[in-house]
Amino acid sequence: MMFMPTLYEQLGGQAAVNLAVDNSYRKVLTDDRVKSFFDGVDMDQQIAKQKAFLTMVFGGPNNYSGLDMRQGHAHLVKRGLNDSHVDTIIELLGKTLSELGVAEPLIQQVAALAESTRNDVLGR
Amino acid sequence: MPVVRWGEQTFPLHGNETVLDALLRNGVSVSYACKSGSCGSCMLQAREGTVPARAQAGLKDSWKAQGYFLACVCVPEADLAAAPLGAEARIRATIISLGNLSPSVKQVLVRRDVASDIRPGQYIAIIRPDGLARSYSVAGLPEEDVLEFHVRLIPNGRMSGWLHNDACVGDRVTTLGPSGECFYVPGNEDQPLLLAGTGTGLAPLWGVLRDALRCGHRGPIHVFHGAVHQGGLYLCDELRSLTQTHEHVTYTPVLLTGDPIPGTEIGAIDKVILGRFPKLAGWRAYLAGDPDIVRSLKMQLFLAGAGSRDILADAFLHSAD
Ligand SMILES: Cc1cc2nc3c(=O)[nH]c(=O)nc-3n(C[C@H](O)[C@H](O)[C@H](O)COP(=O)(O)OP(=O)(O)OC[C@H]3O[C@@H](n4cnc5c(N)ncnc54)[C@H](O)[C@@H]3O)c2cc1C
Repeated sequence: MMFMPTLYEQLGGQAAVNLAVDNSYRKVLTDDRVKSFFDGVDMDQQIAKQKAFLTMVFGGPNNYSGLDMRQGHAHLVKRGLNDSHVDTIIELLGKTLSELGVAEPLIQQVAALAESTRNDVLGR
Repeated sequence: MPVVRWGEQTFPLHGNETVLDALLRNGVSVSYACKSGSCGSCMLQAREGTVPARAQAGLKDSWKAQGYFLACVCVPEADLAAAPLGAEARIRATIISLGNLSPSVKQVLVRRDVASDIRPGQYIAIIRPDGLARSYSVAGLPEEDVLEFHVRLIPNGRMSGWLHNDACVGDRVTTLGPSGECFYVPGNEDQPLLLAGTGTGLAPLWGVLRDALRCGHRGPIHVFHGAVHQGGLYLCDELRSLTQTHEHVTYTPVLLTGDPIPGTEIGAIDKVILGRFPKLAGWRAYLAGDPDIVRSLKMQLFLAGAGSRDILADAFLHSAD
């Protein structure tokens, strides 16, 4: 059987992830619908988390766990994080990838993987 | 609960206690300052057991390999045997010169007994004979084994007060390091560079600037030095003369308050920088000094397009007690 390149490899590996992390983080920080959730958050730590998350949704090497996702967002759920915010984050991620020239079917794949974390993020 | 072993002693850790807190609680004397994993003063060596990644973040690979870790952010998940750093990491040094750069800033020159590989802009912990440790940025191109520091006098500051008022040429101290990533990396000689700092945040920038020029950097280099008022500026003549010999270098002193002076901007340093350079995609930035200003600038430069990996920042965190 032939090895299928992972989405991570198709997107361009670590360099592409780094760029996508920066660009999507810039978008969420300036989007009125979600930016308040990032107030007072340490930029380096947030970028490290975002990198782990995108590496995971791109199917790259990662040590993502659903439990981390629950614990990491519990305080935000208390502050009102809900489905609409998850929608926004997935939308902004798609926009970022499309600006980076990623093909639509790949973006759909990434969105579906991000979607699979929704219940963990929202603590359901 | 995991335990920390220290020589012959064993200390059980309480809850989420760090190795540093456990040692201090048990009366062990360990140097420390920022207690947030930044200044490098509390570095120890693991002899047995696993060090959590967080406690080695930012350390150079050869140190990680030797089990060096920062005790103040080390919360072990299993038993850990720790020890003070060996003699190879703690280098004894002599103060060879104490001069004034301005009424509030001393230039301190220190000669290490053993030379080691240091990049201007990195920082070194200076440990006084009584164990008090504070980090200072390397401002000069390390000439052989001599290191240059700029130390601002802090009201009631223990280390800065000592260096300003009591220390003498010939006094011996211990040095630990270097640490930090705020240094020039050759290989992208045409990239525009932004060097911005407040107070003695100029120290690492002065090191980075001269290192970049020595390495033949060709892209524009813009230096912004912020101070509350005129008295906080120093090295003005040296910086101005560099801009005359290197036309790709600019120097802008920024004062928070006061009447306009030619060649000087009045206002908040972030506003001045972003007013002049609203788009920073492709730039590399070096930031140092006041922690709040560094944090806020970092975010603003990022939003203006600078890549997160191209913003190198040294926040001069205060001691934690
Ligand atoms: C990575 C790093 C690099 C550094 N590089 C330099 C450098 O190149 N030059 C330099 O001068 N300093 C630098 N510092 C700061 C330095 O390490 C000391 O914190 C500083 O000299 C004060 O130490 P002290 O013992 O004199 O004061 P302390 O005895 O620790 O403090 C006395 C009191 O003043 C407060 N305080 C301390 N600093 C400040 C401040 N800046 N503003 C307001 N209150 C304060 C303390 O919280 C305390 O209450 C750096 C710090 C870090 C973490």
